[in-house]
Amino acid sequence: MLGVIDYGVGNLFSLTASLRFIGCDAVVSKDPSVLDGCDRFILPGVGAFADAAEKLRSTGLDEYLKNAVKSGKPLLGICLGMQLLFSESYEYGVHKGLGFIDGAVLPLADKVGSLKIPQMGWNKLLVKRENPLLKEADGEYFYYVHSYFADGDGEYCDAYSTYGVNVAGVVRKDNVFGTQFHPEKSGKAGLKILRSFSEVNL
Amino acid sequence: MVTKRIIPCLDVRDGRVVKGTNFLGIKDVEDPVSLASFYNESGADELVFYDITASYEKRNLFTDVLKSVAEQIFIPLTVGGGINTLSDFDRVLKCGADKVSVNSGAIKNPSLIEDAARLYGNQCVVLSMDVKRVDGVFRIFSHGGRIDTGIDALEWAKRGEESGAGELVVNSIDTDGVKRGFDLEMLEKICKTVNIPVIASGGAGKKEDFYELFDKVKGVDAGLAASIFHFREVLIPDLKRYLVSKNIEMRL
Repeated sequence: MLGVIDYGVGNLFSLTASLRFIGCDAVVSKDPSVLDGCDRFILPGVGAFADAAEKLRSTGLDEYLKNAVKSGKPLLGICLGMQLLFSESYEYGVHKGLGFIDGAVLPLADKVGSLKIPQMGWNKLLVKRENPLLKEADGEYFYYVHSYFADGDGEYCDAYSTYGVNVAGVVRKDNVFGTQFHPEKSGKAGLKILRSFSEVNL
Repeated sequence: MVTKRIIPCLDVRDGRVVKGTNFLGIKDVEDPVSLASFYNESGADELVFYDITASYEKRNLFTDVLKSVAEQIFIPLTVGGGINTLSDFDRVLKCGADKVSVNSGAIKNPSLIEDAARLYGNQCVVLSMDVKRVDGVFRIFSHGGRIDTGIDALEWAKRGEESGAGELVVNSIDTDGVKRGFDLEMLEKICKTVNIPVIASGGAGKKEDFYELFDKVKGVDAGLAASIFHFREVLIPDLKRYLVSKNIEMRL
């Protein structure tokens, strides 16, 4: 069973529909007793970093996820959910994240010159390193919507896209995974990533 | 880099896609879910659904359609038509829309964009505008392009961006249905005015029109069309391969 962490951030329709579509058994919950029955988790998220981080803290889900990760359960953060995996973000001030991955989330606006913010649309993913989520993903296009980013040249980055700068597309630290793009909105290539995560066996 | 996008637009009335009038003058309808699947398989980068249902009672037919599409098709879905309040946003977002497009709703209620952007994020709010030349300037028209609001189109675009719209759909009434190409002059002006994605609409008749659009108006992010795709006059896979051969980046 896959647990989608429900902390009141963003619209979960597409994510739950895509998991259902690939035949993955999933439950959306914030209740520890329900989440205890899950062997892996997805941390979704759309919106502002500080607000989302605060919601994770106030619900105690931050500690829950830290323990789950420590116990070896795989975790996948999507979009803002990926950014929350990092130690900190510079979105309107400095805010602490979950700290699973050492590094910072930075504003795209400082790096991309006259390019439009947010990056909105399909961008080609370039795989740097093997990753169980990235079977046949090299050169495929994925759908991004974001104004802040993690460094595509960072130690944690397994695949990146370019948007004026190398933007981390897929990150990993042991059993913690993240995608900046939306796999649930990236057509067949995106569904393949979700399927791989639902089957990942570390 | 982010690719240019090709977006088919589906007008939905009473739960069916209305394909417009073909060259024989026959109005045709099709099942939205199968047409959406066809476009998804063809490589459409996004789909726009426009609710043109006239009666309030049949509104739920539209959200039923939206839901069944969103349960099977995993590319971005934009929904427009009859979006006047935050509860309209809520209604379609709950049924699987990723972006919501406002047109007359933003003219009637100037704070709608700002309120929606604050609640759902800029990326979720699309300002759709119908533009027509009047005495050498570009004006915003309402009521499906029938009434001149007197609002200057460039100012409206700028104000939309400042209020928090994350994207613009710019439809040229002058070129719409003419099939002789997009309104390059107007689109160029809009793109120089804003720094958010711009989707061009109105005037595509053949694949060369899309090349001309992306080649001449560098700031445009996407081309939107309806009947030429519905009637298979232009096939999306052919169109995308053609654009790639002309060095326009596309998701193939």
